[in-house]
Amino acid sequence: MEKALVLAASAIGIGLAMIAGLGPGIGEGYAVGQACSAIGRQPEAQGKIQSTMILGCAIAETTGIYSLVVSLILLFANPLVKLL
Amino acid sequence: MDVAINGPKIVFTLPFFGGINVTESITHSWIVLLVVTGVCYWLTKDLSVQNPSKKQIVAEKLVLMARDLLDSNMGKQWRGYLPYIGTILAFSFLSSVMSVAGLRSPTADFSVTLAMALVTFVLIEYNFFKSKGFLGFFTRLTEPVIVMTPMNIISEVATPLSLALRHFGNIASGAVITALVYGALASLSRVILGWIPNTFIANIPVFQVGLPAVLSIYFDLFSSAIQAYIFCMLTMANIAGTAD
Repeated sequence: MEKALVLAASAIGIGLAMIAGLGPGIGEGYAVGQACSAIGRQPEAQGKIQSTMILGCAIAETTGIYSLVVSLILLFANPLVKLL
Repeated sequence: MDVAINGPKIVFTLPFFGGINVTESITHSWIVLLVVTGVCYWLTKDLSVQNPSKKQIVAEKLVLMARDLLDSNMGKQWRGYLPYIGTILAFSFLSSVMSVAGLRSPTADFSVTLAMALVTFVLIEYNFFKSKGFLGFFTRLTEPVIVMTPMNIISEVATPLSLALRHFGNIASGAVITALVYGALASLSRVILGWIPNTFIANIPVFQVGLPAVLSIYFDLFSSAIQAYIFCMLTMANIAGTAD
């Protein structure tokens, strides 16, 4: 019974942790939009803008990756079950 | 088909200190080390100034690319770090791209990326020590005011942790998503082909052909290259940032 409760709470926690995916999504979308308008204004600088944008996107992704790591830990190596 | 997502398998156990487990991550990084060493030895075997061979031109191009990356991000006075940057670039990219061959990437194991990040961390601290001196090494943590010291210590520790977690999370999530898609496609083909009475034909996972290749291009090739590049960029930025 206790284990079922912990597992259910962990499952809800995994879902809540992945809400953090919102932030990087909005941030990367904004970055890509800005890059598009920059390319529109200066098409000759496309290569430089593109590589900077990809680098920035990958760094902005970090917070999303953190939440993914938290949910992977809860899914496959749940430390809470071991406490019982 | 049940979807199995596991950590790295234990290949053998060393009989010291109550048994040290040698996992797939370690043996696969040995493969990477052998490949990198072999390719470097082969490319630089017969160098000549008068009539350079084709492979010498390739080797020169690779070195020049790495040097341009370092020059534009750190400046010429940091060229001594070129071997280190080149090594982590090659090691990180090759070990992530290994999953194309169906082997488990060493970088999908947190221990490996943490080890890489800790080497970078030691280099950052060493360069702080060199540029600021013994006293300045500790007083920089109390800047701008002494109240900020705990925050500064946390952000100091967060640097290697975020480097390692970013690399691990990207590669491991790629492996997990690929495994899930493979499982889903196997069930899909079993549902659609299930009416065939011959069990051998009904169990062929037809839908596993094709679609995973598209995912593989993103997760294995693109993501690996980007993560190796970002690891190097952040290493370079952090090391060069110690000077000012």
